[in-house]
Amino acid sequence: MLTTDVHFLSRHVIVLPAFVEQPTLFGGLEPRRRCCYSLTGAMQFSGRRRKINANPQTELYGHALQFYGQPPLENISLSEFETFAVDRLKLLKTIENLGVSYVKLSEQYSKKLEAEFKTLSFPYRPEADDRKTQTGPSELEKRRKDHISHFILRLAYCQTEDLRRWFIQQEVDLFRYRFNNLPPKQKLEFLHRNNLQYDTINVEEKKSLLDKLVNSSYAVSGITVEDQDFYKVPFQDALDLVRTRKVYLKAGYVYIPHQDIVTIVLNDFRTRLSKALALTARSLPAVHSDERLQPLLNHLGHAYVGQDYSIQKNVGKISLEQIDSLSGKSFPLCMRQLHQSLRENHHLRHGGRMQYGLFLKGIGLSLEQALQFWRSEFIRGKVDADKFDKAYAYSIRHMFGKEGKRTDYTPYSCMKVILSNAPSQGDHHGCPFRHNDPELLKQKLQLYKVSPSGISQILELVKGMHYQLACQKYFELTHNIEDASFSLNHPNQYFIESQKVLGGGKDIKREMDTSQRSQENGVTKGFVSARETPANASQDLAEMTEDLDSFFQDA
Amino acid sequence: MPASNYDQACLQDLLPLYYKRLFPFAQYYRWLNYGGVQKNYFQNREFSFTLKDDIYVRYQSFSTQGELEKEMQKMNPYKIDIGAIYSHRPNQHNTVKSGTFQALEKELVFDIDMTDYDDVRSCCSAADICSKCWTLMTIAIRILDRALREDFGFQHLLWVYSGRRGVHCWVCDEAARKLSVAARSAVAEYLSLVKGGEQTVKKVVLSDPIHPFIRESLTVVDHYFTQYALQDQDILGRKESVDKVLALVPEDVRKDLQQDFKNEKKPETRWKLIEDQAIRKQSTAKKGQHFEKEIMLQYCYPRLDVNVSKGVNHLLKSPFSVHPKTGRISVPMDIKELDTFDPFAVPTISLICEELDRPRTGEEDEKSEDIKDKENEKDGAERRKIRDYKKTSLGKYVKYFDRFLDGMARSWKGDLLRKSDLQKEF
Repeated sequence: MLTTDVHFLSRHVIVLPAFVEQPTLFGGLEPRRRCCYSLTGAMQFSGRRRKINANPQTELYGHALQFYGQPPLENISLSEFETFAVDRLKLLKTIENLGVSYVKLSEQYSKKLEAEFKTLSFPYRPEADDRKTQTGPSELEKRRKDHISHFILRLAYCQTEDLRRWFIQQEVDLFRYRFNNLPPKQKLEFLHRNNLQYDTINVEEKKSLLDKLVNSSYAVSGITVEDQDFYKVPFQDALDLVRTRKVYLKAGYVYIPHQDIVTIVLNDFRTRLSKALALTARSLPAVHSDERLQPLLNHLGHAYVGQDYSIQKNVGKISLEQIDSLSGKSFPLCMRQLHQSLRENHHLRHGGRMQYGLFLKGIGLSLEQALQFWRSEFIRGKVDADKFDKAYAYSIRHMFGKEGKRTDYTPYSCMKVILSNAPSQGDHHGCPFRHNDPELLKQKLQLYKVSPSGISQILELVKGMHYQLACQKYFELTHNIEDASFSLNHPNQYFIESQKVLGGGKDIKREMDTSQRSQENGVTKGFVSARETPANASQDLAEMTEDLDSFFQDA
Repeated sequence: MPASNYDQACLQDLLPLYYKRLFPFAQYYRWLNYGGVQKNYFQNREFSFTLKDDIYVRYQSFSTQGELEKEMQKMNPYKIDIGAIYSHRPNQHNTVKSGTFQALEKELVFDIDMTDYDDVRSCCSAADICSKCWTLMTIAIRILDRALREDFGFQHLLWVYSGRRGVHCWVCDEAARKLSVAARSAVAEYLSLVKGGEQTVKKVVLSDPIHPFIRESLTVVDHYFTQYALQDQDILGRKESVDKVLALVPEDVRKDLQQDFKNEKKPETRWKLIEDQAIRKQSTAKKGQHFEKEIMLQYCYPRLDVNVSKGVNHLLKSPFSVHPKTGRISVPMDIKELDTFDPFAVPTISLICEELDRPRTGEEDEKSEDIKDKENEKDGAERRKIRDYKKTSLGKYVKYFDRFLDGMARSWKGDLLRKSDLQKEF
C-alpha cells in the first residue's frame, strides 16, 4: 500500500507528506521534509503528532454526531484520502437527489438514505459498539471516516460561492437526518456539549401565550405547552422556522418547544460551517502546492455538477429561424413556456430572461444572435430600439460574461430552477411541474397534444413531487419513446437528448459516446492504477479523473 | 390640492434649484451617519445616480455632508439610489484587492409596487393608480408595519412614497442593518402570503392552524374589505370579476354560489353568502376550508418583491429623490395620518420650486412660471444655507423626517455612551 501520508495538524494547517519509500500514484516525488505551514505561511515544526491507537479514538469518536469543530489529527494514507473523499461525495450526491425526489425525513427518504449509509460505510447507529457483528468496518471506524472525509471535502468545496453553497446545503441535510435519528437523551447531550444555551420562559408566560403557541405550529398542542420547556430564541438563530412561519414570533424572539430545537441546531451548524469554509479558502494555496492533492481536490470540486453546459459547444449551429420549431420539438416544458410567453407578450421579466437567455446560450446561440433575438421580440412590444439598447442589451451581454464582473453565467440546472427564485405575479419562469397549478399544467399539456393517459401519469409524478421525473415523462411522451435512457437534471441536457432522438447532429452524438465509454470502463480502475509504475502516472491520473466523472454522470 | 403642472422637460431646470435650496441635506446626513456610532459608516455608503440622458453611475461615495451637497449640486441627478455600507469607500472599490470589497450592512427594505396587484384590481393597471386602489397600499403598510414592530421587534421604520405607484419601507434598526442575506430572505418569506405567477390561479392557501400573524393580518384586511373590495373594486359585481372570485372556492361550493347569485345581486349580501358557506364547511371538521379568508388575502394582502429585501447590496430609491415621470418627491409618510394620505397631494418638484417665490399661504394659485430667480440663489446658498423647504409644501415631510430621526437619536446616544465606556474615554 502507499506510504505517503497526509497529516492534518491544527486548524486548517496541512503538513506536507513525509519521505516516500515507494512510488506514488502521481509519480516519483522528491522526499520532503516533515514540516508544516501555518495560515500565515510561517513554518513551524510539529511536535504534536498523535499516535493512532484504540483509546484516543474511542474518546474522539465517542459520539455518533459532531459539529466537526476539530480537524483530524492523524496520518492517513493517500488511498484512504481518495476513498474517503469519493465516498462522502457519493453520499452527499445521494442526499441531494433524495432531497429533490422525496420529502426530507419521510419514510422513503430515510430508508433510502440509510441504505446508502450502509453501502458506503458511514455511521448511522447512535450507539457505538465495537462488536464486529458483521464484516466490515466498526462503528468507530465509520465515525472516523465521517470525520476525516468531511474535512477533506472542505478543501475541495471552499473555493467558490457556488461550491460552498452546495456543500453546506448537503452537509446540513445530512446533519439534519442524523440529528433526527438520535434518541432524545442524546439530543440534549449534544446541545449542552455544544453550548447552545437559550432561556426558557416561565409558567406564567407560557399560560398567557398558550393560544398563540398552539396556533403557531401544527405540532404544538395544549399538552405540549404544559409539558415541555419553551425556549426564547432570537429570530436570527431560527431562520428556517421563521421563513416557513412554523413558530410563534414576538418582539424578535421565537418560542420553540424542546422538541423542535433541531432547527436551531441546524442553523448553528450551517453558520459554523460557513465561517469555517471561508477560513479554509484562505489557507488553500498551501494545499494546492502539493501536486498529489491538487488534481484530486480540483476534480472533486467539479464532479458534483457533472456537465454544466457553461462551455459553449456548437456555437452558431442554430439559426434564429429554427427556434420556434425547436421550442415545440426539443425544448423542455419550462423553456417552451417561456418562449411562448415571450412571443405572445413580446416581453419577459428578469427571472424569465435569465432562465431562458442562459438556456439559449447553452444550446449554442452566440451573443450577436441573442441580442438580435431579444431585440426583435421586445421591439414588437412596448420597448423601442433605443430603450432596448440602453436597458436590456447590457444585461444580455452580462449573461455572456462581457460586462461587469465578466462572470460567464452558467445555464440553470433543474435543481436551480426548481428550488430557487420562485415565480410571482407576472412571471413565467420556474419549473412548470413544480410551479404551475396542476389544473393549468393539465390544460397546457392538452394544448401540446399529450395523451390523456400520459397527462395523468405526469400529474401523478407531480403529486409525488418528482418534478424531474415528470419532465422526463413529458420527454418520453413527446418523443414517442418508451424510455428516456437518461436521468434528467438540466434543461440543456433535455435539448441535447432530444436532438439525439430526432437524429440531429453527429457532433452531439460523438460527445455522448465518449462519456458513455468512460462510464463502461467501470469504477475500480482508479484505485488499481495506484500500483502502477511512475511512467504511467500521468496517464493514470487522466484515467482516474475520467472515472471520477463517470461516478457522477448519472444524476 | 394644488400641484403645478409638471413636465418632464422642466426637470433639467428644476433640479438645480431643488438641490441648491430644497433638498434636506442636513437631515439626510443625520440619518445616514447614524450618530457616528460606527466609524466610516457614511463614508463607506454607496449611492448611485441616474443623470441626464439615462447615464447611470454607481459606487458614488462621500466623505462629508458638504461633499455630498457639492457633488449632487454639480451632477443634478435625476434619480438617487441608496445602496449598502461597504468594507471600503465605494468610490475606491477598483483599488481594493478583488474579493475583499464587500457589502457589509444596509437597512432592511421592502418595496410594494402596485403593478404586482394587476390581477386583482379593476380600476387601473400598470403604472396608474387612483384613490380606489391606493387602499391596497394603506392595507400593506398597516399589516407590514405591525408585523415588523410587534413580531420582529423593530422600532425605527421609515415608510416612503415612491413618487408614482408604490411605497418603500426602510427598517433602520441596528439589528436590521446587520442582518444577513439569509435572514432578510427569511423575514420576507415570513411576510409573504401571496405566491405564484401567471400560471397560478389560487395564490393563497391556508392550512390549520392559522398562524397568529395571519390572524392579525386578516383583522386589518377585514377593516377595509367591505369598502375597498366589495364597493370600490366591486369584485362581486361584474360577471368577470365574480367568476374570478368564484374560481377560488371549492367546486361544490362554487356551484351553489353561482345558483344563489342568480337571485342575489348586492355585493355585500353575496359576500355574506360566501362567508356562510365557509363557516358551514369549517364546521364539518374538514381541514383547510378557509376559502373566504383566502379570497380576502388574495385580493388585499401585501405583495412584496422578495428579491428587493434579500440583497444586502440592493440599491433602492432614496427618500427625497424626485420621480422623473411624475415629478413627485419621494416623501416620508407619517403613519399616524395613513388613512388620509393622498398620493396625488404629494408635492411635485415644480410646485415646490414655485413655492419658493410664493410661499404657501393657503391659496391655490395654479400658474406655473419659469423659475429664474438667480438673485435668491446667490444670497441664500452661500451664507446662511437656510433650507427654504419650510416655505414650501415639502416642509411638513421634512418635519416628520426630523421626528423620525429624533426617535433614532435616542438609541444612538446610548450606543455612543456604551462605546466610550468600553474604550474608557473621559
